[in-house]
Amino acid sequence: MTTTATKEPSPQEFDVRRNDSLGLRLQHLLHGNPTLGPLAVLIVAIIAFSIANQRFFSAANLSLVLAQVTVIAVLALGQTLIILTAGIDLSVGAVAVFSSILMASFATKIGVPGLLALILGLICGTAMGALNGFLVTRIKLPPFIVTLGTLSIFFSLNAVVSNSETIRGSDMPGIMTWTGTTIPIGGFRLTYGSIIMLLLFAFFFYALGSTAWGKHVYATGDDIESARLAGIRTNRVLFSVYTVAGLLYAVGAWILIGRLASASPNVGVDYNLDSITAVVLGGTSLFGGRGGVLGTLIGALIVGVFRNGLQLAGVEVVWQGFAIGLLVLVAVSLDQWIRKVKT
Amino acid sequence: MRQSMLIKRGRLGPALLAVTLIVGTAACGGDSGSGDGAIVGLITKTDTNPFFVKMKEGAQQAANSAGVKLQSFAGKQDGDNEAQVQAIESLISAGAKGFLITPNDSKAIVPSIDKARQQGMLVIALDTPTDPANAADATFATDNYQAGKLVGQWAKAKFEKDGKQAKIALLDLNANQVSVDVKRDQGFLDGFGIPVGDPNKIGDENDPRISGHDVTDGAEDGGRTAMENLLQKDPSINLVYTINEPAAAGAYQALKAAGKDKDVTIVSIDGGCPGVDNVKAGVIGATSMQFPLKMASLGIDAISAFAKDGTKPQVTAGKDFVDTGATLITDQPQTGVEAKDSAWGKENCWG
Repeated sequence: MTTTATKEPSPQEFDVRRNDSLGLRLQHLLHGNPTLGPLAVLIVAIIAFSIANQRFFSAANLSLVLAQVTVIAVLALGQTLIILTAGIDLSVGAVAVFSSILMASFATKIGVPGLLALILGLICGTAMGALNGFLVTRIKLPPFIVTLGTLSIFFSLNAVVSNSETIRGSDMPGIMTWTGTTIPIGGFRLTYGSIIMLLLFAFFFYALGSTAWGKHVYATGDDIESARLAGIRTNRVLFSVYTVAGLLYAVGAWILIGRLASASPNVGVDYNLDSITAVVLGGTSLFGGRGGVLGTLIGALIVGVFRNGLQLAGVEVVWQGFAIGLLVLVAVSLDQWIRKVKT
Repeated sequence: MRQSMLIKRGRLGPALLAVTLIVGTAACGGDSGSGDGAIVGLITKTDTNPFFVKMKEGAQQAANSAGVKLQSFAGKQDGDNEAQVQAIESLISAGAKGFLITPNDSKAIVPSIDKARQQGMLVIALDTPTDPANAADATFATDNYQAGKLVGQWAKAKFEKDGKQAKIALLDLNANQVSVDVKRDQGFLDGFGIPVGDPNKIGDENDPRISGHDVTDGAEDGGRTAMENLLQKDPSINLVYTINEPAAAGAYQALKAAGKDKDVTIVSIDGGCPGVDNVKAGVIGATSMQFPLKMASLGIDAISAFAKDGTKPQVTAGKDFVDTGATLITDQPQTGVEAKDSAWGKENCWG
């Protein structure tokens, strides 16, 4: 990606009236670096909340925010891949919660060894993602419809398999809740779940930016017809994206079990919208082809920082949702504005 | 074009139709009992919450022994009024004698209930009253205020005995001031001896013993995050009220991670079996048990009696509803507060 803003303005830009130039330069800067906007919001929010309450900017509290956003960040990572292909996944929460119930059930009800139960759970999540991918690429249904359907199916199966009962962590093999273990680093208390999450983000940052697969994902999302004509096997790309997303949701499920020390069929009602919120706040375009996973991590952190910070500042719960909603609208408006950039 | 190709290419269409029919038939057949008697309906908030799963079980048992046919319906999720309206319409056309309903929307369901009663049906609100309450013939429910008050009184006695000054966190349901949420929260404060401001409003108290409120959606993940944030706000919190036991389980994880699980007392409401296990394990100090099975079976009995000779249920003395009771479950009994232990709880829990 090129950053046009650091260069001298091109001749065309001299045509623009002078008092527009600051906005225009900002527009170009954000066009080239879609994570800059969200990063700025995050930093401003952290500074503001630190001033509002001195407890906010402490190692303990900041590591808490990281732990709080870990599950949603992993789910939003899968969501990002799908949104980059101009799709959307409404089945995130269902896949994650169902995977967590399956993992825990394999270990406790069937008595499979912990590691095997975990792997089986990851395979199940991947298969659920692959089913979405199959329906999108083979039956040619729009992603919205596909995942609307599978959302309902997976939530129903979840209720059937779990019998609406919570499985307690103390009944599970240790590996299931291992992700919730913390390691103190100075004042920080990092969980293994958060470390897995950060490694996944690093991996997909690399995979999207520096591999042929990553370039194909962007190309498919930007203009699927041109990508196909350029020789990209777009169906294969799409299928891989949905399948990988399923695997990521299942990893999220594992981290969720660690965080709650239980597998409950009734959690995760808000995960669909929360994951989309993180992606949108992170500057990834809902229209596909623009954005990235780094932004999503920042987007998830913005939500976590706002929720934590507003609570510390004593703001009523109703207004926390209001603030997040407002941020989303601003983020999408910004995205629209950036898309209109004159090059 | 895509659709026509699909039909030409495969046998998916007929196959799907067949599957739909089979599943549909199976689902319809599943609920009807064996008796030849009157049709009685049960409409719960959802099909997935263990509380309503238990309620359905109780209703089925009662229907079997009363010789009436039970038809069950549920909303798709909390707040789904539409599905409940359709359920009432189905029951009217099926000629049911009456039904039990746990309203998802206490106000919005009233016109449909009116229609059913005009057809001569007996309508009983279960667990959650309608608004206005007299829109239904009767309400069979836990006294949620009383349930909250019980854990409040227990906590008060415990803190007085230990000579500790309480710093309280309240983990509520959501921002909507739902009546069950409000009554439990206010009942707890009343039981603890904190003057409630407006009894219909959560969070308008200014007592210095209250460290803060947050919402949980009544689930583990919400309970954990809310507790974490409140602990950051006030690390001296030593008493936590939770709307229900999943929220309490989540709150406990947060306390444990902060190394405070030994110093903080959690109280809750529900009486689910995982919650009673948590009382036994010392995670929850005390919980108020409600009896969904009893609620449902008493309700079915009332409708069968009505179907036989037209008698209508009588409310509990001093209350405007039939109180199905709330029992305090704790392994640390306090003088002056009546309670049962976790062993009794285990025998009587639901879910």
